[in-house]
Amino acid sequence: MHPLAQATTQPLPLPEVDWRAIAPELALAVAGVVLLLVVAFWPRAGRGVLAGLTLAGLAAAAALTVWNWDLERVAFEGAVSLDGITRYARAVLLAVGALATLMVAQGDSREGEPDDSPPEVFPLLLFALLGMVLLAAASDLLVVFIALEILSLSLYVMAGETRRLAAQEAAMKYFLLGAFSSAFLLYGIALCYGATGSTNLLEIADATGDPTADGTLLLAGVGLLAVGFLFKVSAVPFHMWTPDVYQGTPTPVAAFMAAATKVAGFAVFLRVFAGALGGLVVSWRPVIAGAAVLTMLVGAALAVVQTDLKRMLAYSSISHAGYLLVGVAAAATVPAGVSASMFYLLTYAFMVMGAFMVVQYVSRLGPPDDDAIGERSSLEDYRGLARRHPWAAGLLAVFMLALTGIPPLSGFWAKYYVFLAGIEAGLTWLVVVAVISSVISAFFYLRVLVVAYLQEPVGDPGAETAPGRTPALGVALGLAGLLTVAIGLAPEALIAAARSAERILG
Amino acid sequence: MLLTATLFAPLAGALLVALVPAARQESARLVALAASLVTLGLAVVLAARFQTGDAGFQLGMTAEWVPAFGVSYRVGVDGVSLPLVLLTAVLTPLAIAGSWRMADRPRTYLALLLVLETAMLGVFVSLDLFLFYVFWEAVLVPAYFLIGSFGGERRVYAAVKFFVYTLLGGLLMLVGIIALFWLHQQATGTPTFDYEALVDFQKAPSTQRWLFAAFFAAFAIKTPVWPFHTWLPDAYTEAPTTTTVLLAGVMSKLGVYGFLRFALPLFPDGARWAQPVLLTLAVVGILYCALVATMQRDFKTLVAYSSVSHLGFIVLGIFAFNLQGLQGGVFYMVAHGLVIGGLFFITGMLEERRGTRRIEEFGGLQQVVPRMGGVMLVITLGSVALPGLVGFVGEFLTLLGAFLENRVYAVLATVGVILGAVYLLWAYQRMWHGPLEREENRSLPDLTRREWAILAPLVAAIIVLGLFPRPVLDRVEPSAQRVVEQTQAPSP
Repeated sequence: MHPLAQATTQPLPLPEVDWRAIAPELALAVAGVVLLLVVAFWPRAGRGVLAGLTLAGLAAAAALTVWNWDLERVAFEGAVSLDGITRYARAVLLAVGALATLMVAQGDSREGEPDDSPPEVFPLLLFALLGMVLLAAASDLLVVFIALEILSLSLYVMAGETRRLAAQEAAMKYFLLGAFSSAFLLYGIALCYGATGSTNLLEIADATGDPTADGTLLLAGVGLLAVGFLFKVSAVPFHMWTPDVYQGTPTPVAAFMAAATKVAGFAVFLRVFAGALGGLVVSWRPVIAGAAVLTMLVGAALAVVQTDLKRMLAYSSISHAGYLLVGVAAAATVPAGVSASMFYLLTYAFMVMGAFMVVQYVSRLGPPDDDAIGERSSLEDYRGLARRHPWAAGLLAVFMLALTGIPPLSGFWAKYYVFLAGIEAGLTWLVVVAVISSVISAFFYLRVLVVAYLQEPVGDPGAETAPGRTPALGVALGLAGLLTVAIGLAPEALIAAARSAERILG
Repeated sequence: MLLTATLFAPLAGALLVALVPAARQESARLVALAASLVTLGLAVVLAARFQTGDAGFQLGMTAEWVPAFGVSYRVGVDGVSLPLVLLTAVLTPLAIAGSWRMADRPRTYLALLLVLETAMLGVFVSLDLFLFYVFWEAVLVPAYFLIGSFGGERRVYAAVKFFVYTLLGGLLMLVGIIALFWLHQQATGTPTFDYEALVDFQKAPSTQRWLFAAFFAAFAIKTPVWPFHTWLPDAYTEAPTTTTVLLAGVMSKLGVYGFLRFALPLFPDGARWAQPVLLTLAVVGILYCALVATMQRDFKTLVAYSSVSHLGFIVLGIFAFNLQGLQGGVFYMVAHGLVIGGLFFITGMLEERRGTRRIEEFGGLQQVVPRMGGVMLVITLGSVALPGLVGFVGEFLTLLGAFLENRVYAVLATVGVILGAVYLLWAYQRMWHGPLEREENRSLPDLTRREWAILAPLVAAIIVLGLFPRPVLDRVEPSAQRVVEQTQAPSP
């Protein structure tokens, strides 16, 4: 009998509810709903209160994550699996969420100006995170889709949270292209279901070993899944939206998207491709490796010509997605590929958020470059930053050097680990491309430092506005900088944690 | 522990310098000088405790760093690295004293110089390949800021070119290091970057060739070996003078040290395979850069090219694969560091007085600043390898080594010695002798006490080590001999 027909005759199994397994997700959902109610019924609540509540929700989720740390099981009839990837991604995502909350709490308005960003951004942040942690734990393609939609819908709204034209445009672009990619993903899921008779990753994994299964259909499905995921992690050739969206959207949201979406996207990428579809590695590895080459080189090459720091960071994030794809390509045959990618995500998230925090800080120093964009992120605005704001410039240097991969900062170990996994998997040529891309990337990261350190400030420095009091942003910057340096000096514990995340339950 | 203290004393000093309040930047100089002198003191104690005649690594320290990757913190010195550690420790306080009158952000500048010292010392004493790589790349950051932030007109271009060029070489070496680590782990099951374990590990000759090529990329660019030298004249010329002293005096040794310490013992077959290429490049570099130096109008650029030319002799000596060549190579590293440091110091002092470095702007200086002229003469003669001065010992030994290995290279390189005498003495003649034509030059002040304090140790070392090279050579010999044996060892 055809598997489709077979499926319809079976009674729908009612899964046992495993509350503990999804406790962190529940905490985030509850916190999100509470915040929505607070925003609705107490419109005068200050940003400090909302940020505090958001952080409390994140802390609760973090505590539950720690409580579940040693739990390794598949729950809800295989819809959710708790394994290394899940807990590592949860921990990283919650930390990123906390930093993003601090950035959002600081807001992007200058001293004395009315706040442009609506309070709903806090609950949206929590819902986006809920989608992300669920995505990292999903082991059924339908749950993957649902989680992806939760996070995407929240992010579409967050991207357009301010009334500025650029933000609206960014949100619209992100929404249209995102919806398009969701359709691809959904079609891919349907084809996989058609080929294997299941949307469950464990069962798909079993089916890939079955020689009688319909290979063409499955491969078509896998290809469409890859398109959907490559879009979410902004890999070339599905990267077009990234620069526009990162530039247009308010900086805190851009930072959150750059860091958290990548973490969740790659977690599911690893679980689906290296885990469930590991048996088909010969078929998909050339595609992923090709995407990695394109992503690394195109991202790095286009970053070189940017004159806006946010756009440059967008292209740099594309390039970093390429390094991560090297990890994914390696992951199906060597477990180190999984741990290398997870460790990379961890370090990358803090580096890139830190860089965006500096953008947010500098944006407070003067009028926006352009009213439609509403931010001050042109490279010109960084001229002579080191003389006027040595701390901001120093942190910027740390993040840029870490993103370049200069030892002993955190980004160096991450790159090293991915290269190591690549060589171990026999992808030495890919690692050589990654090295070339790293050298190209040095150009544009250095250019930021050239502008900030080596060029004199233009115009009258007195015309600058004071950054005002930035307690939340200061704390966030301090944390991101500290983590980038500390992970660089003592990476051992976090690498060991990543190693324990290597085994994929499915 | 002593070595670790020596290694990190400058870094600690840099942190202290950075903590000096902005309003009292002058005291930053004292802190920086004190830190570099403490480092020198520790290095001297280190040298005193060093057991002459022992070929192995001494006074070391091993600790775990990232056991997950097999990376450890392992440092130690042998006869090859000890002289270079001392050279670094001597040149840094002089460079700090040379920057005494700097007005532009002295605090940042001095902190960066100290960070650079730690990074360079780290390269010389690392006995873990990964640790070595970390220090190797860490050199880039302070050097980049020193050139780019404090240099001359084209500083940004020079700094970026230097950074990207060196980073490219370094990353290729990293791929080589990972591959070596991986092969070793495959063969033995132990993940380690330990230098001696990887040297003892037998590698197939074909593997050695491409691994050697990966290391070659890093070392040839850093040294630099012709034709990978194009970043150097820009970087040396644009960097502030006291930075150039450290770049030319110490940083240029990192590459040749890398060949000697890593490329040869790790890949003897690869090195032998590449020997003709390296010897050829060295000789071409010696001759080509000597010719280019002859044409220069800017004295600083002239000295920069002379530095590349002289480094060719060191490469020649190292790739002779015999005791004379290797021992001479190490000695020449020290000699070159002292002489080139002196030449750049004098350049800086002239520039401070006249605001220019163009040779034609000077002439007849001997009549106005005779003491400076005398010092300059000693240093110049040291550079052109006058017997009895430090340059001669190194040049003689490297040429002897090359001669024993292949006469053609030695004969050609000797032409380079003559050219070296031509361009340096010609420049000396144009600047210091002849009629005193320029009015501005009549009122130049002679050496100040601070400048004496900088130049006197260099001049003393140039003369003393030229007359009595044995203390250095005795310490170098056993370790150099060991490298010779490792290089000659038959492949499995």
